[in-house]
Amino acid sequence: MSRIVVHGLEKSYGDARVLERVSVTAEPGEFLSLVGASGCGKSTFLRILLGQERQSGGVVVIGDRPIVPEPTPQRGIVFQRYSVFPHLTALQNLLLVEDFRSGGPFGRVFGASRRSARQQAETMLERVGLAHARDLYPASLSGGMQQRLAIAQTLLGRPQILLLDEPFGALDPGIRAEMHELLIELWDEHGMTVVMVTHDIGEAFKLGTRVLVFDKVRHDPQFPSAYGATITYDLKLDRKSRASARDVAEVAAMVGTTRLDSAIATTAS
Amino acid sequence: MLARGTGAVQTGAGANAASPPPGTPKTRLRLINATVSRGGAVLLGTLPFAAVAVAYLSTSAQRLAVNANDKLLPSPAQMWSAFFELATVPDKRSGDLILWADTYASLVRLFAGVGLATLAALLLGIAIGFIPRVRAFLLPFVTVVCVIPPLALLPILFIALGLGETAKITLIAIGVAPVMVRDIANRVMELPPELIAKAQTLGGNSWTMVLRLVLPQTMPRLITCVRLALGPAWLFLIAAEAIASTEGLGYRIFLVRRYLSMDVILPYVAWITLLAVATDWLLARLSRVVSPWAHPGSGK
Repeated sequence: MSRIVVHGLEKSYGDARVLERVSVTAEPGEFLSLVGASGCGKSTFLRILLGQERQSGGVVVIGDRPIVPEPTPQRGIVFQRYSVFPHLTALQNLLLVEDFRSGGPFGRVFGASRRSARQQAETMLERVGLAHARDLYPASLSGGMQQRLAIAQTLLGRPQILLLDEPFGALDPGIRAEMHELLIELWDEHGMTVVMVTHDIGEAFKLGTRVLVFDKVRHDPQFPSAYGATITYDLKLDRKSRASARDVAEVAAMVGTTRLDSAIATTAS
Repeated sequence: MLARGTGAVQTGAGANAASPPPGTPKTRLRLINATVSRGGAVLLGTLPFAAVAVAYLSTSAQRLAVNANDKLLPSPAQMWSAFFELATVPDKRSGDLILWADTYASLVRLFAGVGLATLAALLLGIAIGFIPRVRAFLLPFVTVVCVIPPLALLPILFIALGLGETAKITLIAIGVAPVMVRDIANRVMELPPELIAKAQTLGGNSWTMVLRLVLPQTMPRLITCVRLALGPAWLFLIAAEAIASTEGLGYRIFLVRRYLSMDVILPYVAWITLLAVATDWLLARLSRVVSPWAHPGSGK
């Protein structure tokens, strides 16, 4: 359960600057929701936290040291697509976590550790409501079930930071509400720091303890990619009391969403 | 729901026994949408074979009617007796059953060559596709080797390795390996970066990711690759056997060509075709057993 400190973060691809002057500190156990217009760099920010991409400038510190520029077990990730391994059944996907963690020459644990890994995996499958699907391949699971499996798999890795890249973006509204419940419960149980990128303002307010808006503050009409996005709005929410509709409306206006009523409805659900 | 207007068509459906089930509007579908029933597919698939057979049989019968000793288009009975003799009567000089000796020699060469190529494709392909340093080191070389026509290397191989088995197996391996290596490398490079990132967040290192992620995900493609490579592999095998050999299916065909023995050549070609089809079918089955996840709808 580590603190994340980002200071003066910049990211450019050639001439095009995506992020600039991004500074934020997240306390252990916070749930950060990142919102912003499409292409504003919030997913890039997440990939830098993950270590999949390297920042062009600035520092990112997790715990007490700068992050290494490659993914590590310190940070878990749930993607929207390709979130689980298609060549393994649900149970095998979860067993793989212990196999990878052991780091042995066969990439597999045996004997007593395999039995205990199996026990853990079955418990986790039960926990996320996939016990009936343990021997199915992901291709025959629904989108919601795949994301449950992905979350279960990531949590078995016991990450200090949980990164979510639009994890529920492709799900139906009803399934999405179920997934919100599950995620909140698991977050309460494990207490890790969560950083979630989402398009859904309502989801951001409903789940997050803090909503960060990414947007560009400087514009060059001759060269639109001259300046990158930064954090323009940082709202701490009290989980006990629901976010006010005024806050939701304000953020929705910044991000330019047209579905304000549904955003407020999701927040209130 | 959309209105489908199915009721109106049902009344006229009984008139024609071959009409689609009631409820389906009877319209002319575009060529690309008009599917074929199972029986229809079998019938259509058989037609080309039947056409070739009929054309051969009638021409052969005509020629044999004019000249009973004609060697160019032997009758099925002549071919069968020649083939049967090669399969069951020991050769006078060597004492071998020629067909089986030839088949054994050829298949050993074929599988040794393709096996070596598969091993190379697996090792080099995964290394090139997964490890940026190996890719920078080997990909340009493999790309260039890929475009060398393997048959142009045949004389070099015979000079360097002699006329024995080594040269023939090497020809097959060199002939099919570069394309396979490139294909596997491409497949590995196409793995979704999300999966590789996720495997690392779960504690995978380069080696365990090869074992648990790259290898199983590459397997279906590798088997497809072998199936496709078997075509060129037969080509190289027969070319090598035709030039320097003392036994083998290709050797036999080119040997009896001198005597215009079509009654041996034609059954041998059919036999080679049968072997190739059987191998292909076995590999397709193997893929389903090894990678059931890649074949949804077959079993689980």
